[in-house]
Amino acid sequence: MELLPNITINHYLLVSVALFSLGILGILLRRNAIIMFMCVELMLNAVNLMLVAFSKMWGQTDAQVFVFFIMVVAAAEVAVGLAILMMLYRNMNTTSTDVLDKLKW
Amino acid sequence: MEKLVTLIPLFPLVGFLYIIFLGKGLSKNLIGGIGSGAIFLSFVTSIVVFSTQLGGGNPTIVKVFDWITAGTFDIDIAFIVDPLSTIYLLFITGVGFLIHVYSIGYMHDDEGFNRFIAYLNFFVFFMLILVLGDSYVTMFVGWEGVGLCSFMLIGFWYKDMKNNDAAKKAFVINRIGDLGLIIGMCMIFMQTGTLKYDDLFISGSEASSLNGWYLHAAAIFLFIGAMGKSAQIPLHTWLPDAMAGPTPVSALIHAATMVTAGIYMVARSSDIFASSEIASNVVVWAGLLTAILGATVALTQNDIKKVLAYSTVSQLGFMFVALGLGAYSIAVFHVITHAFFKALLFLGSGSVIHGMGGEQDIRRMGGLKKYMPTTHFTFLIGTIAISGIPPLAGFFSKDQIIAFAFEENMLVFVILSAASALTAFYMFRLYFLTFHGKFRGTHDQEHHLHESPKVMTIPLIVLAVLSIFGGLIGFPHALGHTIHFHHWLDHALEKTVVMPFLDMSLNMELLLMLVATLIAACSIYFAYNKYVTKGELALEDDEIESGTHKTLAAKYYFDEIYDALIRKPVDAASAFFAKVVEPTFIDGLVKSVSAIPTGLGSVAKLAQNGKMVMYVMAMILGLILILITLL
Repeated sequence: MELLPNITINHYLLVSVALFSLGILGILLRRNAIIMFMCVELMLNAVNLMLVAFSKMWGQTDAQVFVFFIMVVAAAEVAVGLAILMMLYRNMNTTSTDVLDKLKW
Repeated sequence: MEKLVTLIPLFPLVGFLYIIFLGKGLSKNLIGGIGSGAIFLSFVTSIVVFSTQLGGGNPTIVKVFDWITAGTFDIDIAFIVDPLSTIYLLFITGVGFLIHVYSIGYMHDDEGFNRFIAYLNFFVFFMLILVLGDSYVTMFVGWEGVGLCSFMLIGFWYKDMKNNDAAKKAFVINRIGDLGLIIGMCMIFMQTGTLKYDDLFISGSEASSLNGWYLHAAAIFLFIGAMGKSAQIPLHTWLPDAMAGPTPVSALIHAATMVTAGIYMVARSSDIFASSEIASNVVVWAGLLTAILGATVALTQNDIKKVLAYSTVSQLGFMFVALGLGAYSIAVFHVITHAFFKALLFLGSGSVIHGMGGEQDIRRMGGLKKYMPTTHFTFLIGTIAISGIPPLAGFFSKDQIIAFAFEENMLVFVILSAASALTAFYMFRLYFLTFHGKFRGTHDQEHHLHESPKVMTIPLIVLAVLSIFGGLIGFPHALGHTIHFHHWLDHALEKTVVMPFLDMSLNMELLLMLVATLIAACSIYFAYNKYVTKGELALEDDEIESGTHKTLAAKYYFDEIYDALIRKPVDAASAFFAKVVEPTFIDGLVKSVSAIPTGLGSVAKLAQNGKMVMYVMAMILGLILILITLL
């Protein structure tokens, strides 16, 4: 905190909330599945940022461990998710979620 | 020595299991040898066990293990050794053995040979359990078991639907009788608290605590059980149909052993029947009706096995008359002689059918005397024996039943004598039409005609010898001999009730014998006159004109009456339930219940429309809602 004494936890939180909201908005407004995917990543990283910030504030490392877990899960999720999207694109020739609505009742 | 009794049912059971599970690939002769050998071992053991009872009969219970123990009710698997059970053992295993040997020849070319021998063994096992069981419950196990085996053996040639129908009919009609037996057993248990013979009749005398209408009802229900198994009117219709099975089955099950289970059960319950006059009268009249109706129907049948089947029904009627009159030992005596000559006749008819290549209609036979001398000769002996000509087996037993009837009730005597005369007539009609005159079958059949192999004729000869001499065990008093057999058996059967015994004068008894013999001889003469001298033949179906003849040929329309009274209403009810009740009420109820979730679901499923944005939106709104509520 010495280097940037004016930056408090609140600033971190603001950035994090901003990122998270962007993610949500992205998911709600965009129809391209890849973009939506990126938005999910954005939300995950917003949470990561918040976790790290709190970790620093309390001087404890538990939350940083969580961050690693989230990163691992996110990586795995991307691997699977992108593979699914690849197959979808090959078969349907699109990644628009407006068209991809077959999975129901 | 008595302990050996446990081995007797064991041999056939082992034989059955061995043939079923390990018999594949063994030669037919070996399988036949195992099957007959098992019964032969039982027979030898039976003789040993029987010998312990010769000294006058001391009933022994041989316990194997506890079966049911529930409070005060306990039933063991235990065997009773007494004169009644051992005498049954002897002829079941003895005649059973001969029929097994015969089957080796008769069924030799059948693809189901192993299965057949195994079933026969299984049947003998259950029959032995029936006879040896020391309580009504154990007897019932055997009772149902023989019913099952009977079902399997009647429907043995299962590829023909007709045989399956006959098997089902036998099974269903027997169920009616079995229900009676169960009710009878329950009634006995409710009043006496036990179902063991030992407590009821032998060491204890719990049976005497049955009284009033309870006693009569229990006895009558037991008798209904016997009616089903022993084919008494009105539950007799399964037996003639049961002739659909292979002939050795008819000989073993439907003549010599299983159908006599009813006689055994009534004789075993003699204490109960003797104290209920009403039940005894029911037994007499049911037996009498069966004897005379069976004999009249047999007059007109043209299927060689059907004639013998109705003859069996009629003879069982004779036995029940004897039982109802209180002559239990005489009934059992007739069971034994009947087992000999009826097994002989059935096996003889099997030999004829074998020689004729499957033909059973006596209108297509004739003149078989010169083609099948051994079969002819043994069949003749059987015919004479059943007709009641002294000194063959049938004479002694039947004559004693008739003498008893003479003493007790004139009407019964007259009807029995008539039935007896008819017996002689229809049996000789069968004999003359089959073995005398000209051959009436096709040329192919005549060419094919041959005497059966030794493995079939030797049992015939042995049974013929038994049919000649078997009656001597009950040699009548009048001819200068004390009737050991009856004294011995009565001693075992009767503890509390004094047996009514023939006390007519010697001359009277001789006179009755003479009359009975003359009646039989006259009948035989009539048959000879009609079918040999005049050479008349049995009418073809469309030549029958007289109403009586039609009624008899149609077996008094029993099947048609049952069809109209029971089958049709049941069918109609089933159709009503299937077409109206089931679709409207049952289906209606179930479908209206399922309509509720379906209806709700059709609303709820609108939410799942596959649009990802909607899901995300719902999730976020939900989260916001939760947050608002929490904060």
